[in-house]
Amino acid sequence: MQDSDKPLLEVENLRVYFPVRGPLIQRLVQREKLFVHAVDGVSFILKPGEIFGLVGESGCGKTTTGRAVLRLVESTSGIIKFEGTNIIRLKEERLRPLRTRMQIIFQDPHASLNPAMSIGRAIGHPLKIHGLAWREDDVKKQVLEAMREVGLTPEEQLYDKYPSDLSGGQKQRAAIARAMILKPRLLVADEPVAMLDMSIRAKVLELMLDLRKKYNLTYLFITHDLATAKFLCDRIAIMYLGRIVETGPAKEIYNDPKHPYTKALLQAIPIPDPRRRAPKVLPKGEVPDAVHLPMGCRFHPRCPAVLPTCGWEGRDFVDYLEERRTNLETARADENSIGPLELWKAKGLTAERQCKPEDVGRITEYVRSILDEAPVPLVKAVEGVKNVETKLVVQFRPPDPLAPKEVEGRLVECLLY
Amino acid sequence: MHALDNISLDVASGESIGIVGETGSGKSTLGKTILEILPPRTKVNGRVLFLGEELSQLDKEGIRRTRGEKIGLIFQDPMTRLNPLMTISDHFVEAIRAHQRISKQEALWRAETALTSMRVPESRIHNYPHEFSGGMRQRIMIALALVLNPSLLVADEPTTSLDVIVEAQILEILEDLKRTYKMSLLLITHNLGIVAEVCDRVAVFYAGKIVEIGSVDDIFNRPVHPYTRLLLKSIIHLETKELHSIEGVPPDLVSPPTGCRFHPRCPYAQAICRETVPPLEEFRKDQRAACLFGKDFL
Repeated sequence: MQDSDKPLLEVENLRVYFPVRGPLIQRLVQREKLFVHAVDGVSFILKPGEIFGLVGESGCGKTTTGRAVLRLVESTSGIIKFEGTNIIRLKEERLRPLRTRMQIIFQDPHASLNPAMSIGRAIGHPLKIHGLAWREDDVKKQVLEAMREVGLTPEEQLYDKYPSDLSGGQKQRAAIARAMILKPRLLVADEPVAMLDMSIRAKVLELMLDLRKKYNLTYLFITHDLATAKFLCDRIAIMYLGRIVETGPAKEIYNDPKHPYTKALLQAIPIPDPRRRAPKVLPKGEVPDAVHLPMGCRFHPRCPAVLPTCGWEGRDFVDYLEERRTNLETARADENSIGPLELWKAKGLTAERQCKPEDVGRITEYVRSILDEAPVPLVKAVEGVKNVETKLVVQFRPPDPLAPKEVEGRLVECLLY
Repeated sequence: MHALDNISLDVASGESIGIVGETGSGKSTLGKTILEILPPRTKVNGRVLFLGEELSQLDKEGIRRTRGEKIGLIFQDPMTRLNPLMTISDHFVEAIRAHQRISKQEALWRAETALTSMRVPESRIHNYPHEFSGGMRQRIMIALALVLNPSLLVADEPTTSLDVIVEAQILEILEDLKRTYKMSLLLITHNLGIVAEVCDRVAVFYAGKIVEIGSVDDIFNRPVHPYTRLLLKSIIHLETKELHSIEGVPPDLVSPPTGCRFHPRCPYAQAICRETVPPLEEFRKDQRAACLFGKDFL
């Protein structure tokens, strides 16, 4: 294998869990410890000179993945190989030299520059931190060169300016110059143009492309904006709730998305052409919280193409009951027949509640009748509605196992394939 | 600072108009002017007529009655507009009873109808704002803005803090409302894609002025003003093959450029553009643009 073919970055089965810190009393009472599963088994490879996009909605774990790769947050488990070295538990003194070759730019250029530090000093700061230059004139020379490189000109005049004197686009250029001054090989770009006005976004993206051409720079481009990712990236990974659901060459994913979530995302983007208005098939609801993850495929409660084997569970039944409360007619009928939603408890594959002995039969019948009106995949996933004395249980079948599969040159995690 | 300069605009009943522009173009100030919620000591000249009545002539009570009841409003971040110490039902009861003398029970009943029409479960009416997701909160805000059946809804970046899928869900709701209630909509946004999907007409703002106004079809397919043309080109969408940007940055409104405010960034600018303020002229039926050389771009 030639050196240029060797992956620059290999991420394998990366997990980042954050403990949920509730009030002390709650922590003492609670038996199980709760975690936010921000990144939950993510694997990908970056080849040198490649732009790899991590795309997803807020809370999908894309930013945490980017930070974990640079060890800005500690990972729970997994492998992060940078230039062949697993850095996941590397000691700070051994990590630091590698850090010059992996840098990051953030979304908000207004927040990522110290308002009390002049632009020139900010850009030169990393040189001093890493002990690469000490003499002021040497630092300044390199800073001015980096400023020219990113188009932050006239550089002599801007050198002594402060962030508040610069426009958003100029600040983002300064942030890029500060990252580039160390001549990194990997640049993690976390939503670098999201805060910029439309008319100046292109300039910053062009700069990123120029830098890649010139230095064979590798990007991990993190974004929620599929259109920008499509334009910029060679390959992309679509993330949902801590998992990558689809990875492959950008063009193919856009021309023929496989995962229902990818399809939904693509369809949701507004098209700037009034002649192409068309009704959309949108997933229902919103991204659930990453503490109590859905069973099976995490997208199943919202998926327009869901199957009975995708991971239906007790919670989905309670959600169905709640959904019925968004219609005044069914809401009144349910309230009168089975009372408030709070009586139900969802536990894994079951949803259950207590009934008065004289009501058990009637409520069981009512639950069966409203189940008939539920979406077909959910109904088919129900093993049975039964009562044990005064307890009523809606029992679901366990889901089919789910793993990424190769589908036409890409990896897709979906039971449809 | 002149946030808005000589703006004339009309919205027909049942029509939805998009107000687009970049940061500092004055688009949000327009919304605030209509609702008379500008900061104190702001100087406003001109008139805002609503159903033939001049809003600036109304007394405090008259304004209060119009705002909320006849003109609804929704903002970018619902969390900052909902009181964290009040349940959703409190919000509704307060809003409804501030305008109409009805019993609390009747107000609650109306709130339930409004919430379920936005697909918020009525069973959650006694929850607090923080117990809802972002999209659900925005739907509650819309329900709250609509519970009194306003004839105009002012929506300032209503989906900007939301994810694409939830954004698309909210836009569908807005379109439904337009169809069902024949309500007028003034949608303020920086996202041209949203305007193309929801609005009938669009006004493009630049540095506190309208540079072009017309039907969405004309503006998106036959734009006249160079700024509109370049702005449309700079949008990155799924079919983008080449990147385009506009040179320079939007001007400082404390000392805006003379003549046409876009001239320092305009690739077609002539000497005269520096001196003469271009009037908003009709170039096609119902399509007006403020460019001295507009006919060259037809």
